[in-house]
Amino acid sequence: MNLLEVSNLNVRFQTPEGEVAAVSDLSFTLASGASIGIVGESGSGKTQTAYALMGLLAKNGRASGEVRYDGVNLLTLSEAELNRRRGAEIAMIYQDPMTSLNPYLTVGDQLTEVLQFHKAMDKRAAFAESVRMLDAVRIADANKRMGLYPHEFSGGMRQRVVIAMALLCRPKLLIADEPTTALDVTVQAQILALLQDLRREFSTSIILITHDLGVVAGVCDSVLVMYAGRVMEYGDAQSVFHDAAHPYTRGLLHALPRLDRAHADAATTGGTTGVTARLNTIPGNPPNLLELPSGCPFVPRCIDRNSACLSPPKLENFAPGRQRACHRLIDELTDLDAPLGVG
Amino acid sequence: MTTPLLDVRDLKVQFNVGRTGLMPWSPPRLLRAVDGVSFTVNAGETLGIVGESGCGKSSLARALIGLNPIAGGDALFLGRSLAGLSKSQWHDMRADMQMIFQDPLSSLDPRMTIGNIIAEPLQAQRPGMARAEVKAQVEQVMQRVGLLSNVINRYPHEFSGGQCQRVGIARALVVKPKLIICDEPVSALDVSIQAQVINLLMDLQRSDGLALVFIAHDLAVVKHIADKVVVMYLGRTMETAPTNALFDAPQHPYTRALLSAVPVPDPDIERNKVIQILDGDIPSPINPPSGCVFRTRCPLADVACGETVPTLDAIATTHQVACLKVGA
Repeated sequence: MNLLEVSNLNVRFQTPEGEVAAVSDLSFTLASGASIGIVGESGSGKTQTAYALMGLLAKNGRASGEVRYDGVNLLTLSEAELNRRRGAEIAMIYQDPMTSLNPYLTVGDQLTEVLQFHKAMDKRAAFAESVRMLDAVRIADANKRMGLYPHEFSGGMRQRVVIAMALLCRPKLLIADEPTTALDVTVQAQILALLQDLRREFSTSIILITHDLGVVAGVCDSVLVMYAGRVMEYGDAQSVFHDAAHPYTRGLLHALPRLDRAHADAATTGGTTGVTARLNTIPGNPPNLLELPSGCPFVPRCIDRNSACLSPPKLENFAPGRQRACHRLIDELTDLDAPLGVG
Repeated sequence: MTTPLLDVRDLKVQFNVGRTGLMPWSPPRLLRAVDGVSFTVNAGETLGIVGESGCGKSSLARALIGLNPIAGGDALFLGRSLAGLSKSQWHDMRADMQMIFQDPLSSLDPRMTIGNIIAEPLQAQRPGMARAEVKAQVEQVMQRVGLLSNVINRYPHEFSGGQCQRVGIARALVVKPKLIICDEPVSALDVSIQAQVINLLMDLQRSDGLALVFIAHDLAVVKHIADKVVVMYLGRTMETAPTNALFDAPQHPYTRALLSAVPVPDPDIERNKVIQILDGDIPSPINPPSGCVFRTRCPLADVACGETVPTLDAIATTHQVACLKVGA
């Protein structure tokens, strides 16, 4: 049984410069206890997707399509009905832990408030439960720290507090928008390990939104690659990372410098300069959502484009559980693995 | 052996942050942002400096270009000391030494055109240069960094982050420096743009014989671009080695933990690897731990680590580690 079924989600913003299509025809499903990664660069629509699911779009934004959560279309709910679910059944973790906490309230006040509102707990019970949750996210001396203000915590600790807050009501769905982007790698490793543990413990489904493909590789069962508000490729993590079927996914994976690959000059050990591995680049710049080409949005930057690409590609199944939006056959795509840009 | 381009010796950068007592005559409280770091950079070489936030890497970079005062030790650039230089001496020094900043947009003056931004260092360094010559050089450097010459009269806000960073690189290159200090030059950029900028920096370096001090928290980027690496933690050097040695055989427990924490975009590797999770956060640099500054998070630390400050010892000719537990 799928916990979440998103079909044909569209997000449009009315701006003085015209209508902006931030998300177009997005569909995916998420099973109970599963995790999906939504990856893409800035302007790909990944954050607006999260906001649309949570009913948090800016005033000039409108979402259409269907977001079925437990059989109910979230997009048609009233604010009051949404509020009953937000925080209780669906929780969100934001990128910047400092701005998602209220600087005027102690961490304890902010945590207990959630339980008092959603679970109608009395203050004492809410306090005890909050301390338990701070313990669960491994904050030492939780009891004492309940009285501290957000600025008294470090970045990593603040993100733990935000995660504890999100998990207080044991949500069935957790939407994490770049939860570790503002953190150092060693702290990121702590937080990701924590998310994995909590997911196992509470069987929470997770939507992880990130630009970091490495983070997705470690955490997510399936991956959705977005570009200019559209899905380019969708599939299980193994297939997408090992056997990417869209020129954009391939380009992205090859543009990353990687720790598991040799140093650039390693080909020329002995110190003689000459051959140097260059990173693969995706030419051009990120898309301007106001001036998208009529066909495939990736066309101006695609190395495999041809005349067919001037009409918009459909997202189609091409293997069990895998989808891609590309006119070219997979065998026709440039094999970036072959020479890896030596020259 | 030739003298290195940049020779940093036991460099210290300190900031006064309030006082230790309540009285106005109480001694100032010192934040030791960089506490005795040494390294050399040869012409045409790239030195990577890595570490997490608060490790002092940016303070170090800013001290090397005169934006932070040097509180102790010395840095020799082309054999001349950078400690205690006057403003006009720094001005002359920057003909050979430039900097690229992290945030591409905020490091460009929003009221100046791209052309004027790139021309400014040239006009400052060579005041007598004819306008036509300045324009020719600006156009030439714009072409080299991949900016079309028809954007010369545009303003920074009209550009994407990647293009702004190209402008920043052009501004650093225009005076034909020998050394460029890059403080997180690609961390604000999208992956596809980051690759373009890294390739550009490496190309320019090769064609001009530029030396780079490349500061980043992204270890994969540093591995790709650097010839040798300094790993910093709380203002001190933990380990320094040629890139391959450091990444293939890291010795310091901090370097090992740092490397294991970097996610690799491969589900098979990522799900099966053993991450050495460091507990807690970086301690405050105002009140660093005694002995080894890393001991509060180190899996190997024992009583001795709290008593003795480890020295940076060579385990191979070019590989140095500051740890009591390594080689012991």
